[in-house]
Amino acid sequence: MSLVFAGVCSHAPGITGRAERADPALRDGLYENFGRMRASIEKSGAEALVVIAAEHFANFFMDNMPAFCMGMADDYEGPIEDEAWLGIKRHRVPGNPDLAERLITDIMQDVDLAYAQEWKFDHGIMVPLHFLTPRYDLDVIPVNINCQGPPLTPLHRVWAFGKALRDACDTAPEKIAIVGTGGISHWPATPDSGKINETWDRDFLQKWAGNRKEDLLAYTDDQTYAEGGQGGFEIRTFIAIAAACEGNTGEIWFYAPIPIFAVGCTIATMQVS
Amino acid sequence: MSLYSVQKLIYNLNRDPSLVERFKIDIDSVLTEYKLTEEELSAISKPDIGLLYVLGVNGQLLMHYAALWEFEWDDYIQAMKDGIEEHGEVRGGMYVRTGGGYL
Repeated sequence: MSLVFAGVCSHAPGITGRAERADPALRDGLYENFGRMRASIEKSGAEALVVIAAEHFANFFMDNMPAFCMGMADDYEGPIEDEAWLGIKRHRVPGNPDLAERLITDIMQDVDLAYAQEWKFDHGIMVPLHFLTPRYDLDVIPVNINCQGPPLTPLHRVWAFGKALRDACDTAPEKIAIVGTGGISHWPATPDSGKINETWDRDFLQKWAGNRKEDLLAYTDDQTYAEGGQGGFEIRTFIAIAAACEGNTGEIWFYAPIPIFAVGCTIATMQVS
Repeated sequence: MSLYSVQKLIYNLNRDPSLVERFKIDIDSVLTEYKLTEEELSAISKPDIGLLYVLGVNGQLLMHYAALWEFEWDDYIQAMKDGIEEHGEVRGGMYVRTGGGYL
């Protein structure tokens, strides 16, 4: 078995870009649990980190929007955003094209997956990496699920992708960590920024931690939009992780609404076996 | 289709520093490359962040266009609120106002 770690985390740009404006106790608690996740990934011996993200028009636009895409580049660069705006310096991030090609080839047996040999990381990947691989010395393989430009990737296909990713990881000799990154409810970059539906979030996290497939796939986009906002569509990244860990349960390490970060900030892991 | 062009322009600006340089030097020449209405041209050139929000520009694009024009975060949020006051509710897209928020 080569999947050695699975987890989910938030990626909102305010986490680094507006850090000084947050309640220090909440912010520090979030940072502490990002650090705990980093330590767990390091302890797992992971040789590569697959980041399942919901990018925000940094690489993919409505001229050619894939339902799923995986990176296959030698290296990547990020953040694409202004360094001062995001509070993260631009870095080169190592890729692993050999492993990526094997994963992509395997996943394609079950799911139609695009691939990319160019990819500029936005905050959706750079905020997690800032905490999880702060020296940028771990090979990263990015994945994008279309959570931004409707029609969005259907949830049952997200589940199929997560399963296919797991199968692909299990045939690779390398030790692989996977992290899904997205919001739960949030209304980012709108006048409602900072609005968070904590009740909806906690209900979703309970279903996620229990790995209740039927409940997770029962969400409709209309319902999510109404109760979880535009950002709620990013539950796809969490669901992919649950699928990759089907049969196992998760543990919520941290959850707290932090309005200036515009999301209910979350750090959680799921057993891989 | 026109909203698509507005968003494509901002997408390209976010990805291409050389386009940003050209945009800053000669904005009109860049704008001729996109199919835009007079209202859209005005909103981009001014820039009128509030009107762009009302026109339906996705917030994930718009916040970076505001940052390009050196809007601080709170000013960006306020510009969208001002836009609704001046131009009415959001006309397209899925980044409509629903109420609530931090500020």
